[in-house]
Amino acid sequence: MSEKGKLALYWGASCGGCEIAVLGIDDKILQVADAFDIVFWPVAVDAKVRSIEKMEDKSIDLCLFNGAIRTSEQEYMARLLRQKSKVLVAFGSCAHEGCIPGLANMTDKEAIFQTAYHDTPSTHNPDDVRPQTETEVAEGTLTLPYFYETVKTLDQTIDVDYYLPGCPPEPERIWDALTAILTNQLPPPGTVIGETTTVCDVCPREREEKKIKEFKRTWEIIPDPDKCLLDQGIICCGIATRAGCGALCPTVGSPCIGCYGPNEGVEDFGARMMSALASVIDSDDPAEIDRIIQEGIPDPMGSFYRFSMAHGELRRVAPISGNGKPGEPA
Amino acid sequence: MSEKVGVYICHCGSNIAGMVDVEEVARWAGENLNDVAVSRDYKFMCSSLGQELIEEDIKNEGLTRVVVGACSPHLHEKTFRNACEKGGLNPYLCQMASLREQISWVSTDKDRATEKSKALISGAVERVKLHEELQPTEVPVNPNTLVVGAGIAGIQSALELADAGHHVYLVEREPSIGGHMAQFDKTFPTLDCAACILTPRMSEVGDHPNITLLSYSEVEEVTGYVGNFHARLRKKARYVNEEDCTGCGICIEKCPKKVVDDVFEAGLGYRKAIYRPFPQAVPKFPVIDTESCIYFERGTCKACEKFCPTDAIDFEQKDTYIDLDVGNIVLATGYQIFDPTKIPQYGYGRLANVFTSLEFERLCNAAGPTEGKVVLRDGVTEPESVAIVHCVGSRDKRFNPHCSAICCMSALKFGHLVMEKTGAEVYSFYIDMRPIAKGYEEFYDRLLEEGMHFIRGRVAEVTDAARKPGEEGKLIVQAEDTLIGRQRRVPVDMVILMSALEPQSDARDVALQFGISCSMKGWFTERHPKLDPVATMTDGVFIAGTCQGPKDIPDSVAQGAAAAARVQGMVTIGTVEIEPVVATIHEELCSGCRICNTLCPFNAIDYDAEKEVSVINQALCKGCGTCIAACPAQAISGAHFSNGQILAELQGLLYDVFGSNGAKAPVETPEAVPA
Amino acid sequence: MTEETFQPKIIGFLCNWCSYRAADLAGTARMKYEPNVRIIRVMCSGRVDPSFILKALSMGADGVMIAGCHPGECHYLEQNYKTMRRFSMLKHTLRAMGIEDERVRLQWASAAEGGVLAKAINEMVEQVRSLGPLNWSEHWSENGRIEESIGNLLQEHEEAMEVPA
Repeated sequence: MSEKGKLALYWGASCGGCEIAVLGIDDKILQVADAFDIVFWPVAVDAKVRSIEKMEDKSIDLCLFNGAIRTSEQEYMARLLRQKSKVLVAFGSCAHEGCIPGLANMTDKEAIFQTAYHDTPSTHNPDDVRPQTETEVAEGTLTLPYFYETVKTLDQTIDVDYYLPGCPPEPERIWDALTAILTNQLPPPGTVIGETTTVCDVCPREREEKKIKEFKRTWEIIPDPDKCLLDQGIICCGIATRAGCGALCPTVGSPCIGCYGPNEGVEDFGARMMSALASVIDSDDPAEIDRIIQEGIPDPMGSFYRFSMAHGELRRVAPISGNGKPGEPA
Repeated sequence: MSEKVGVYICHCGSNIAGMVDVEEVARWAGENLNDVAVSRDYKFMCSSLGQELIEEDIKNEGLTRVVVGACSPHLHEKTFRNACEKGGLNPYLCQMASLREQISWVSTDKDRATEKSKALISGAVERVKLHEELQPTEVPVNPNTLVVGAGIAGIQSALELADAGHHVYLVEREPSIGGHMAQFDKTFPTLDCAACILTPRMSEVGDHPNITLLSYSEVEEVTGYVGNFHARLRKKARYVNEEDCTGCGICIEKCPKKVVDDVFEAGLGYRKAIYRPFPQAVPKFPVIDTESCIYFERGTCKACEKFCPTDAIDFEQKDTYIDLDVGNIVLATGYQIFDPTKIPQYGYGRLANVFTSLEFERLCNAAGPTEGKVVLRDGVTEPESVAIVHCVGSRDKRFNPHCSAICCMSALKFGHLVMEKTGAEVYSFYIDMRPIAKGYEEFYDRLLEEGMHFIRGRVAEVTDAARKPGEEGKLIVQAEDTLIGRQRRVPVDMVILMSALEPQSDARDVALQFGISCSMKGWFTERHPKLDPVATMTDGVFIAGTCQGPKDIPDSVAQGAAAAARVQGMVTIGTVEIEPVVATIHEELCSGCRICNTLCPFNAIDYDAEKEVSVINQALCKGCGTCIAACPAQAISGAHFSNGQILAELQGLLYDVFGSNGAKAPVETPEAVPA
Repeated sequence: MTEETFQPKIIGFLCNWCSYRAADLAGTARMKYEPNVRIIRVMCSGRVDPSFILKALSMGADGVMIAGCHPGECHYLEQNYKTMRRFSMLKHTLRAMGIEDERVRLQWASAAEGGVLAKAINEMVEQVRSLGPLNWSEHWSENGRIEESIGNLLQEHEEAMEVPA
């Protein structure tokens, strides 16, 4: 197995969908198998961390890392794979922006533990035992990774060469990325593999000048099949979301929720959505504006930071008291 | 390549140095801020010696950027930009920090003032490094002008420009020019006949070689920018061929259909279905009112066609569109009259002998429906007593808080005319008498002497319900006479309501169309209420007359002339400089989501349906940056107010939190896994 | 010696036409106010992108003031209404993020209202001072626990990590 490249895949805090998405490239996976030796892929291949640790630095040609960083173990693995890989790709929205795991930044460790180990109805934990990083038992010391207060994205942890956005990334884009590496036609480091425009660019719906009187939730109206969803008052994040998915959701009548992350050069996805939507609210009356916003957008974080909480300018909410409710000061 | 920044801290005598340790700020900037090549403090930076200091440093030290910590940029930005230019540096590569207005003059603690000065200088240095060289662009000015509205203000503007040798397109949506003034009988305070002074000007307009008169036409669309506007006009079908019509009037004579004239005669008189609003109309061509014309209603008649000696009637005529290129636009779209039925207690529309001021103008007018006889609604009875109610819909929070400016004088004029024509007793119910211009107070005095009765009090009610002997069959005007502190009931035969002047009902649409602003009510907003009363915030669009606010004829004429003078200035110079501080949409980043399309009040943003992207017309852009902040794709950038520049300034200002290099909020630097 | 008074760092985005001129006027009228607000001049309050405010807070500012012409008096006709709408939206989100209302303020101040601006600044400085420092970036540092726990992991793996020469 002389000329083959070495490929590693790993997951941090993620749902596992990205692992499956890799198989979404269908029979092209065989070409991947022809081109690479899979040296590490805990989901599919039996390999040990030890064996990675023993490898020469930069001896892995490509590492696809999906998942955010929630525990010290994930951070360790990220650092390890960075050290051993020539090219490391933040694969999928969790690694790129924190995604759904990043929404844990709406609360904190204490509140999460309180829910998971105490409050849930199915939990029976009379002694209120919580996970400890170290536990002494007769045989010695047992260890668990340290659980962070704040979920981090991959690039807040290590240097990342490329980003493959999406929840999960579309198979075509995955294949684009693999081909670029196989043919050694690498884009400049730091590139997000997608388009430079937003979802609207590929969305087939008819768009008008925008003026919004009311924001509508998807269950409140049956949208016109041909008109822009946002024109109909539905919060569609397609205006701010990087194109690359083919506008799958709005095409079938479901608003874009922003999984491909912000457009080229944008740091805070939520700020773009907030500013754009607020600007076209059709009212000059402060009380009416407040009402339109507060009634129409009951969950601003979920609407604007569903995928990018951990990557946003503020990354998390203010520290809370542990009652699980964000925003209430300690 | 890193920049070489020169930092100059002005003492402003002791104005800054008294509260800020200027030497320390200069020393600190030189030692601590990256890319600062020269840092000096100087007694008076704005003096010629101070400016030379900058020039010399640019030349000798090779400075590429300049920061001046002195007074507000509103005071001396131009000065230091000029100094940079003299030194060979693009003027936009200079940034000021307001150490005087924002620090030394408002602080009381020298240490804290000095610390804030450092922050401001740090912000300016970080910002100026990202400044770009900018050049104002020069565009030619089309010498033709579009004047919209041909009342007295528009007529004045058009004539001034035409007499100065410039071509004018004068657009009027009614069949004739003349506006409200053509309906009036006499003008205050001189009591000249309105027609005698107006009609010569109207014919002058009609005959002027430099004026293209487009009556019965409306502006449909305006695009372009100062010096280069493009207007599309809809010329409504008159059904009379203007080339053939001689204006003989036989068609009008022969037309069998008589209708109430709601416009020119204010509902008091009649006109035919084919008509000219008034005999001296300019242009002289009549127009067919298709809603009344028997032919348009039933398909037969054509009396006018039969009798027309020149075959000028054309029932097939359609609206036509005219495209014009003009350099400047004067809006003189006038006002409308408040509808007094909104105040039911004054009885207008219910009580026959309650008249509006405009109706009364027509009654008085020798060419009006009663040939100038002041009579009651029955058309024969002369009133023996007349009440004039001031401030109907004006100075009234329910309708219009403003004073309509002309009603006091009109009321005095009406009083004079009533007494002259009928000898009736005239009662004026006023809140305050406001005869404020030249000759007006004298006119008021004259009416006092002529025996007009003045009762100071807002009228509560006009009623026909008699309570006392002597009130039967009369209109009773009830008001509190605030001078004697008593309720009064005055029985009269006729009541005249001095209706407020209001913005035209479509004023907001017109403002939007021409990209100018208007008040909540719809009065067009001038660029500066005192120093720039006829310009607007949109370069090349001027306003004159009552579309800007209530005013009388002399003021309307003055504004018309002033607007013309402003246009002439532009046309004479022939070019106009356009500020380079504008926004640009980057096509490769734009998805055509159309969020920005409605955001620009100057109509600078258009949607290119073919390319499916939005585009900014930079000549129209004023550089406010609202679209930049709104763009969800960050596809819009702003010259001289870019995100990069603002964020760099922000980082600089927070130097003491994150260091002058303002590295991104720290990520815990991963240590390498030991090999 | 008493503890030193907390001096909040506040960033002010002032529109060029009204509020920056109000600051000029406060200066020429020698009105005294707290030097805690560091001002950035923008052409219009409509230029203020919500991301500027988020950035300012994440970079260490304790508060942000946006100031512009009064509604209906915008130099650019109506752009401050967009500021008003964005501000309402931003506050809605900031509340969900647990940032106290007083830390981000929208202030209308015309060119004639130097006193209004100075008073608003003093008021805001006092409010933010009583809230205390924001120190946002500290919220996502883990008090050194990251390095400590990774250190443990490293130790555990130390022997295994020895790559044979």
